Formats: sequence, structure tokens, C-alpha cells
Amino acid sequence: RSEKLFLQAETEHLSRWKKWRRASNKSLKKALSEIKGLSSYLVLWRHDIHSIEGKFGTGIQSYFSFLRFLVLLNFIIFILMFSFVTLPTIISKYGIFNSTVAYISPKNIEDICTVYEPSGNKGLVYFYTYLKDLLSGTGFLELTSLFYGYYSIDAVWISVMRYNLPLAYLLATFAYLALSFLWIIKRSVEGFKHNLVHDADPFQSYCNKVFAGWDFCITDPNAARLKFRSLQYELQTDLQEEKLKQKIAERTMEEKLRIYSLRIFINIIVIAILSGCFYSIYRVTVFSQENSNDVDNPNSQVNLLVQYLPSMVITLANFLGPLIFSFLIRFEDYTPAFEIKLTLLRCVFVRLANIGVLLFSLWSQISDCASDKCKPCGYNYKLYPVSRFILICFPWELLVTHCSCKLVQLFGHKEFEISDNVLEIIYGQTICWIGTFFSPLLPAIATIKYFIIFYVKKIVLIHTRKPAARPIRASSSNFFFLVVLLIGLLLAFVPLGVSIAHIPSSKACGLFKNFSTSWEVIPDTILQFPTGLQQVLFGMASEAFAVPFFVILCIIMFYVIALARAHKRVVEQLREQLVLESRDKMFLIRKIAEAQRYP
Amino acid sequence: MGGSASLIPRDLLGEYQELTFLSKQEILLAYKRFSELLPKEERENACSARVPKSQILTLPELRANPFQHRICHVFSTSETRDDSMSFEDFLDMLSVFSDSATSDVKSHYAFRIFDFDDDGTLDRKDLEQLVNCLTGQGEESRLSRAEMEQLIQNILEESDIDKDGTINLSEFQHVVSRSPDFASSFKIVL
Repeated sequence: RSEKLFLQAETEHLSRWKKWRRASNKSLKKALSEIKGLSSYLVLWRHDIHSIEGKFGTGIQSYFSFLRFLVLLNFIIFILMFSFVTLPTIISKYGIFNSTVAYISPKNIEDICTVYEPSGNKGLVYFYTYLKDLLSGTGFLELTSLFYGYYSIDAVWISVMRYNLPLAYLLATFAYLALSFLWIIKRSVEGFKHNLVHDADPFQSYCNKVFAGWDFCITDPNAARLKFRSLQYELQTDLQEEKLKQKIAERTMEEKLRIYSLRIFINIIVIAILSGCFYSIYRVTVFSQENSNDVDNPNSQVNLLVQYLPSMVITLANFLGPLIFSFLIRFEDYTPAFEIKLTLLRCVFVRLANIGVLLFSLWSQISDCASDKCKPCGYNYKLYPVSRFILICFPWELLVTHCSCKLVQLFGHKEFEISDNVLEIIYGQTICWIGTFFSPLLPAIATIKYFIIFYVKKIVLIHTRKPAARPIRASSSNFFFLVVLLIGLLLAFVPLGVSIAHIPSSKACGLFKNFSTSWEVIPDTILQFPTGLQQVLFGMASEAFAVPFFVILCIIMFYVIALARAHKRVVEQLREQLVLESRDKMFLIRKIAEAQRYP
Repeated sequence: MGGSASLIPRDLLGEYQELTFLSKQEILLAYKRFSELLPKEERENACSARVPKSQILTLPELRANPFQHRICHVFSTSETRDDSMSFEDFLDMLSVFSDSATSDVKSHYAFRIFDFDDDGTLDRKDLEQLVNCLTGQGEESRLSRAEMEQLIQNILEESDIDKDGTINLSEFQHVVSRSPDFASSFKIVL
């Protein structure tokens, strides 16, 4: 009531202009809040995530929000690729909107190279062949819009406009990579800001755990009990860790020597295991490539098994690696928090490096083919196993995760391990980013896959009894997921960059038949621009522009870092001033008390 | 939803929207839940009725909360000090705990909730009670004496800037502004 009177009194003193402005501000705010209210109904899974938050707390809820973010990201990438690449192709192939197609006319290549027939589908076709083709992505699937081979046209004419399809394909690829990059950075900025200005680790401080420890969203008494236990466990672990740190600081010289030599030894073992992993993946991939082109019996089950072999080996390595690492790290005598971080880092490294080794071994196969003048669907044929890999990986991943879940349950743990789940998702997403260049409809498959995973994980979560041993906090986990996702994206840039700019494209199928590499489309298009614009663009790409630009960027970066450091110093000084102020206050109070005693 | 909208007069609804951080749907939902706590005869003038504390504590959002008694005490404007809440107290509470409340407002009320002896500062006894609330009410779920001492020592080291052994409101607001989890955990949405 009193606030309303106060507002009324204020309004009377304002001029007419200010009154109008205030009224229009209010109505704008009302309109915005109406829109916000309506749009909150459109948010995907709003009710599910809210109930998970109520039952399990914000830490686990952040995992599901992350899943939702990935579903949206993949959906938008799919829309991007579909509308710029697939849609024009479909429109032109079916002749809608008075559009025609200009096929690429091959130059200087023998006729035999320009014709590519997917292997062995002539004559009688058995159901089994279809199934095998579906599972391994060969045969009839090769020529669908799922794979790169479908897009074999040069340009699409819609009425009088010429739509340059190869250019669109390349630019759409760059667009989705840039979009993913910017969106992830935008989401991770919040967590990063805290880290930069405040030195002490804000996620682990005691005040954060005590004052912001209780999740007021929890509505379920069982969940509350779990939360009590996990908070108690967390506080006790932290206090123990602090005592351990003190003990470590008091270690003698010979103890230190012993521990360091032990750590070096274990790291050597880890490196040996990793190299064993990589070598076996390499050998298996080479073996699989050599033997799956066996034309004698293309329908045999052995052939199918051989094609699946690399993905089986990789899944096995990804499954065994973390188990071995968590066993070994016990001997290294780190503090528990650091143990977890190091194991996690090693697991991330194993998974992402496995993809790298797979791609490397596939490429080494391709460069062997360089001597052939004629490569039926050349590198695309070799590299689209990557995209098949994702289709193949999906059922394997589900299978292995659930088998490992069952195994772990046999030993009595029923925890919902967030970090493992997140790593798998990020692994899949990295492959998706790489594969979308070769298979434009892949993001749709990824969207559906994450959709299904959401519901599967929700069911798994409901059957969990034990609280996670190391409770994950919402803010630090958000930041952690996004940072690892960013690492995955940057790793995806490498193979894409090499394949676009370096590897010669096939002459028999695909969009880049007339260009020596995929990248050449762009210089080709630029050469068709007016001369003035051409000169500007070539000038921007030359060293005379790039070096000063780089130097200016460095200067800006150093300025911003210096600013941040200055702010930190000011914060420290103000804290010291506060301490001095309170001492003055205490002194004065004592003086007053004395003066009152002896008037 | 249409039925309850006609029970709050429009100007009152607009006033509530201006004075709290809640949106129109949230206020209407709060009205619905509040009138469900009242016995049938009193539902007509829910705006001026008071709900006893025992009824408030049956709300699912509060029943699992270890700070339920403190929350009722802080937000209640009852003159008889029986911690009963009127509809405006209820809206007040939801507004502070809503998503759009500023962190200033949240930290101010969090301080009042954590101040168990209502003396305007968080001293060692308050902190001890706070930690016991967080770890559960059983005997075996409490921290040992030595652990409690170590924990309170660490908390005071991090947050007590003027080193007087207690945490006052500004020190609390300062330490909470650096806490990245506070905004997301100090939230109740119906």
C-alpha cells in the first residue's frame, strides 16, 4: 500500500513529456512480458526439466538443459543445410517452379571415370541386400540425398536466377561451423567472466557451498534426503582434502622423490596403452578397407562384419580406457579433486584422439589411390565411411552404454555419472560436425538421436538410488560442458579444413567435379566479380593486410588483459581498505567506551 | 484459469504486477494455489484471509525445505507473531524467489533467512545452525565438532572482511555476489 502512494506522489511532479515517456515504457514492458509468457510455452521440454530440477537438483538439470541445447543446435544446422543445399536440388530434380538443372560437363577425363555405379544391385535384389545396404550405408543409400553423391549438379536455374550449388554447399558448411562456434561461446561467457576477475576458485569455495548449497527448487522429500547426504559428504570431503593439502606441503624430500618417480612410471604406462590403442585402430581400419572392397562375395556376412570392425574396436577402446585410467590413478597419490580432473582429461583425450586416428588411417588409404587416374567417387567414397560411421555408431553407443550400465549395476553402484554421459554426447556431436560436410542430412539424424537419448536418460535417472559420489554443481558443470564441446568443435575444424582445402575431389560424383579441390569454388567465384571488388578481396587475403590486422588484434587483447589485471588489483586494495576501516571503527568504539567510563 | 482471473480485480492484478517481479500468469497461479490452502468457506475473499503456518508448510515447494520455518517467519507480517501468511505475504515470498528478482533483493532476504537469532548479523551460532540445516536433521548426519570448527573458520576467513567474527549484511552480499550458484539455487517456481 505504502509503495503505491509513494509512486503516486512521484508521478505528480513530472512534466507531461516525462509522463508520456513513462507510460509508453510501461506499456512496452507489459507487451514484452506478455510475449515472454507466451514464448515460455514454446520452450521444449519445459515441464520435464522443471520436474527433474525439483527431484534431483540443478546439477543434474544442467545436463538435461545441455541436451536440449544440442537438440536445438542440430535442428538449426539441419534447417540451414536443408534449405540451402537439399531443397534446391530436390526442386530442380522434380522440375518445380520452372527450374532446370545444369549438369557438370566433365573436361579432359576419360568417359569411364565419369560413370559411377554403386556396387552390385543389378538383377535380382533380395531383402537381405537391402538390409545390409541400410546397415552399412552402401548401395541404394549412396545415391539418396543422405550422402554427398546425390548432389551432382552444377547449378540450378529457378526462373531466371542462377543458383550456384557448389558455392552454396561450401558456404553453408562454413556457416554452420561459425554458428556453432559463436553460440557456444555466447553460452560460456558467463562462467568465464567469474574466473577472470576473481582469483580464488569460485566454484569450490566454502561460502559458495554453504550459502548457495541448498537447492530451493527441490520439492520431493526423497530428493531432499539425497541432497542432505550429498552436501554432508561434499563438505566432509573438502575438509579432508584441506587437511591432506597441509600434509602434502609437509612432505620430506625422499617421499617426494618416490612419488614423482612413481607418477612418471604410471604416465609412461598410460602413453603405452594409448599408443597401443591407436596402432590397433590404424591396423584394423586398414584391414577393413582392404577387405571390404572384396568384389568376389559382396553379400557375405563376413564382409559386413569386416566393415563394422573399426567402429567396434573404437567403442571397445572408449569403454576400456576410462576403466584402466581410474584404476591406475589411485597409485599416483593426488588430491581427490585433481584425480578426477586428470582422469576426465585422459578420457576426453582418448575419445577425441581415436577419431583422429581413424580419419588419419582412412586418409592414408586415399593417398595410396592417388596414383590411379580414375577414382570412382574417389575420396568421397573413402571418406563417407565417416558419415556411415555415425549411423553405425549410434546403435553401438546405445548398446555399449546400456551394457556397461548393467555391468556396473551388477557391482552395486547405481549412480548417474554425469561426466561419462556428457563425454559420449560431445563425442557424437564432434563426429556429427565432421560428417555433415559429407552427408548433409546428418544433423537431422543427430537431432532425433538426442531426442531419444533425453527420454532414455530420464528413465535411467528415475531408477538411480545413490547420489553421485562427487556432486556436480550447476555453474561449474555448465562451463565444463561448454568448454569440452568447444574443444570438440575446434578438433572438428582440422579434418574438415584439410579435406576441403587439400584433398583432391572426385571426378565421378559430387559437386566439385570440375575443381581440383573443394576450396577452389571460392576463388573461382571471386574471379567473376567486378575487378574493383576482386582487388579489394585479394588485398584482404594478402600478407600486407593480414599482418597489421593480427598485430592490432594482439594489441587489443593485451589492453583488455591489462584492464582486467588492474581491476583485480583495485579489488584487492579496496578489501585492504575495508579491513583498516573496521580497525579504526573498533579503536573509536573503545575510546568512546573509555570516555564514558571516566567522564 | 478464467475463473480465478475474475476473482482478483483488474487494478489489484496490475498493482501486484508492478510491485513484484512476477508476471500475470504467475500471480494468477499463486492465487489459485493460495486459495486451495484455505477452507472452502474462506475462498471467496482469499485476498484478505490469513493462512496458518501449518497449512503453508504443506506446499510441495516448502515441505522438503530445511529453511521452511525461517521462510515463513521472515515473510509473515502477522501482528500476533504466529507466522501466518496473507496473500500479499505469499506473493512477496514468490516474488523474491522468482527468476526475475535481482540478486540484491535475493541476497537481502537470504541474509534474513539465515539469521536464525534475528540479531542482524551472522555469528558463529547462526553459521552452525545453518550448516546443520544443510546436512540433515539426524544425529549421524551432523558434522563432528572439529569439522564444524574448521568449516566455520574457513567461512569466516572467506567472508568476514572487517574481521570482527560476524558477517554483516554487506559482507554477506559481497560474498554472495561472487558465488556463481546462488542465483540458480535461490529460486522457487510454482
